[in-house]
Amino acid sequence: MLIFEHSRPGRRAQAQAPADQAPLEGIPEAFRRRKRPRLPEVSELQAVRHYTRLSQKNFSIDTQFYPLGSCTMKYNPRACNSLAMLPGLVDRHPLAPESHSQGFLSAMYDLQEILKSVTGMAAVSLAPMAGAQGEFAGVAMIRAYHDARGDHERREILVPDAAHGTNPASAVMCGYQAREIPTLPSGDVDLEALEAALGPQTAGIMLTNPSTLGVFERHIDTIARMVHEAGGLLYYDGANLNAILGRVRPGDMGFDVIHVNLHKTFSTPHGGGGPGAGPVGVSERLAPYLPVPLVDYDGHDYRLLTERERPDTIGRLSAFGGNAGILLRAYIYARMLGAEGMKRVADFSTLNANYLMKRMVEAGFTAAYPERRATHEFIITLKPEAKALGVSAMDFAKRLLDYDMHAPTTYFPLLVPECFLIEPTETEAKEALDAFVEAMVKIREEAEQAPEKVKGAPWNLPVRRLDDVRAARQLDLKWQGENR
Amino acid sequence: MPFIPHTEEEIREMLETIGVSSIDDLFDEIPESLRANTLEGVGPALSEMEITRLMQEKARQDSGGICFIGAGAYDHHVPAAVWQIATRGEFYTAYTPYQAEASQGTLQLLYEYQTMMAELMAMEVSNASLYDGASALAEAVLMAVRANRKSKSKRVLVPRSLHPAYRGTVHTIVRNQGIELVELPFDDTTGQTDLDALETHAGSDFAALVIPQPNFFGVLEPVDQLTDWAHRNGLLAIAVVNPLAMAVLQPPGEWGEKGVDIACGDGQPLGAPLSSGGPYFGFMTCRKQHVRQMPGRIIGRTVDLDGKPGFALTLQAREQHIRRSKATSNICTNQGLMVTAATIHMALLGADGLARVAGACHANLNALVGKLTALDEEIAPRFSGPVFHERVLRLPMEVPQVLRTLAAHNILGGHHLGGDYPELENCLLVCATETRTPDDLEKYAQNLQRVLATRRQGACATMARIDL
Repeated sequence: MLIFEHSRPGRRAQAQAPADQAPLEGIPEAFRRRKRPRLPEVSELQAVRHYTRLSQKNFSIDTQFYPLGSCTMKYNPRACNSLAMLPGLVDRHPLAPESHSQGFLSAMYDLQEILKSVTGMAAVSLAPMAGAQGEFAGVAMIRAYHDARGDHERREILVPDAAHGTNPASAVMCGYQAREIPTLPSGDVDLEALEAALGPQTAGIMLTNPSTLGVFERHIDTIARMVHEAGGLLYYDGANLNAILGRVRPGDMGFDVIHVNLHKTFSTPHGGGGPGAGPVGVSERLAPYLPVPLVDYDGHDYRLLTERERPDTIGRLSAFGGNAGILLRAYIYARMLGAEGMKRVADFSTLNANYLMKRMVEAGFTAAYPERRATHEFIITLKPEAKALGVSAMDFAKRLLDYDMHAPTTYFPLLVPECFLIEPTETEAKEALDAFVEAMVKIREEAEQAPEKVKGAPWNLPVRRLDDVRAARQLDLKWQGENR
Repeated sequence: MPFIPHTEEEIREMLETIGVSSIDDLFDEIPESLRANTLEGVGPALSEMEITRLMQEKARQDSGGICFIGAGAYDHHVPAAVWQIATRGEFYTAYTPYQAEASQGTLQLLYEYQTMMAELMAMEVSNASLYDGASALAEAVLMAVRANRKSKSKRVLVPRSLHPAYRGTVHTIVRNQGIELVELPFDDTTGQTDLDALETHAGSDFAALVIPQPNFFGVLEPVDQLTDWAHRNGLLAIAVVNPLAMAVLQPPGEWGEKGVDIACGDGQPLGAPLSSGGPYFGFMTCRKQHVRQMPGRIIGRTVDLDGKPGFALTLQAREQHIRRSKATSNICTNQGLMVTAATIHMALLGADGLARVAGACHANLNALVGKLTALDEEIAPRFSGPVFHERVLRLPMEVPQVLRTLAAHNILGGHHLGGDYPELENCLLVCATETRTPDDLEKYAQNLQRVLATRRQGACATMARIDL
């Protein structure tokens, strides 16, 4: 039932708005709205009950194992939320004077310093509001760098074929062409193909390391040297930073610019699809181009630096300073972990992934890169099961939901057929991993004995499989009401 | 170990299963030279009690000001239920609803949101959010350039009365795609976009016209004329509006003869706390004919295998995870949680509640302007155009200095315009929402009175010296 169907003309949640309708004295009739929008007319209890019940139709980290590869669905500490919502922080206006901003700005300055330290970069801007905006900012800085040198012939950004779809899309938004580089069967970038692709037209390369294949790019030193020798710059997509946090720093690998997904590695909430935060870090030569605002400290006071103090900036990416409340949550998380805790993130996410991969292989499933170490995530291919039993990775995924576990990422990366990208994260206990293996084994048995059980899954959720084709062909994007 | 559940024994068992002797061994594919040593600059771990004390201290430092600043972020009351429900773990810790069957809560909520936002804007379709108002406008500009098949140009008309940070953000995001933003001046008397200046562009090829409502000065733009001008000259009309104001102002879908083509803006006034500028959310609505050019997630209603209604992500062929370099935008993660809050907020307030809030804001601003202009004849509204809940005042003193003095008395007196508009050097943008009380307004007036008195004394002293 939709909220609109609870609606009755004249019903209101009286406590929520001013008691009277003040006259719109200064607004001439011609500017006024003539017909009220049809919003719900419900009581406070009806709204609370409706949305509480909707929440119960979701899987979430707080309620289920959520091994969604490349998304780092780890526990989001509750303190990060409650402290970021303290009065004084949650009600600070973005344009408040410095006299009423030192608490917030000091936290942001410290976060910049923490991110510099864990990434090994020379300077950091917290402005980007999600990973994809971080990518945009990073590539825009690469372009600004080449443009400032009069190097206008560099029109191409290289992207491995295993990359996240945002990489080529971000390159195009910066006016570049994206060119794909193949990956070897070992999971490493094909260096010969890279050599052939590099040239005076190369602006840079976008790499995720560990890659989306769940393995560490072993020749990163060589790649960095080759790209730099060709005059290009290296972009680090921080989607998988969780795997190496505190152990390896992108700056030390030779990257010139990176973004960090705070909603992954720094445990800020995913919120049903956001908000995220995608701070960018750069080496010295790209520092002038960082997006504004930046937070500066002169030993006495903290203050924001904008276009005025940073004339070479690529500019601003939002009306104010990005997703400040998310940045605060990441800051609180980072302070609770401390330096030692950062390294533990890499250690235990890697331990969990390698353990789970080993258990899956022992249970007869096929690892896509069995000879490689797993990083914080790994891929299995269900191609043998699909061939022998006629059940697809999608069927396994949907049946997992019946077993009260969120499915791993399916059919990504595109290179591996019938794949699951599995990321257990460091905050899951051993028994959750064991339960996952058990469920997968059981589903395989079901596929052997009663395949319709798997192919028709899920059975125990609010809905069964949905008709996506109908959703796209007969577009129903808003409620039309009973009388329309 | 904070947030890590492993016991010593489990670690041993797990390493044994893997077949290695230590966790270090799991990193043996990483070249030795790349291993990091210490992380200077991170510091030691804090317990929950310690971090609580630290954050309370930071919060205390920033507390106490009575806010009369608007300029794109507004201090509204948010019903308690909004964030109590939005921060339920099932909403707070879910992700993008790729597994539709396990995400019907989020998906249905987003469908309800799309309906409410389309209603509020009087537009045909809405997406499920973008980052914020400024970046949503940038996406709207890119979308308009793609969607306007009649125009061959990549030029877009942008009024100078639009929020300077919005203009800046749009510039950052679209310039690398060869899109040119052409500025339209404002009328020095009314504060509205100058229609005569607009007319000089008639006959030139532009892809779109951006129309803010209210504009950055709080002034209401002649939206009917602007929309019709755009359509008459082959441009798409892009509205960028305050969604709360649309509860009482004519919505973009009804502007002019045909309504605008795209309406976007910042959803902050619908349930997002000020929170130092974010997270808020960008909204975008459009005519149905342009839906395939729209960026961002879109939710559709469909049926399941048993014919039961359900909700799913749809039109994904527009998006980066399918189309990669040919996607309508690179956006992936959006501002889902803020949309969750906004949906609950709109459901609780309803059309009537939102209109009351809007009315109270308007009345409070008028009361504030009345009090402040009564203090001194040299304090006066700078523009004559009608306003919603913000207004530009001309002061007889240096604005930054006045603001500093007011802040020392915990009055956050508004936003100085001189920084972005040299022509408005002595001008202050003030805002009063429904949360300001008569007592708050009185405090502002008294403190400003005191600043004025100090100035008069100063002036008298100077004159006295001249007399000597």
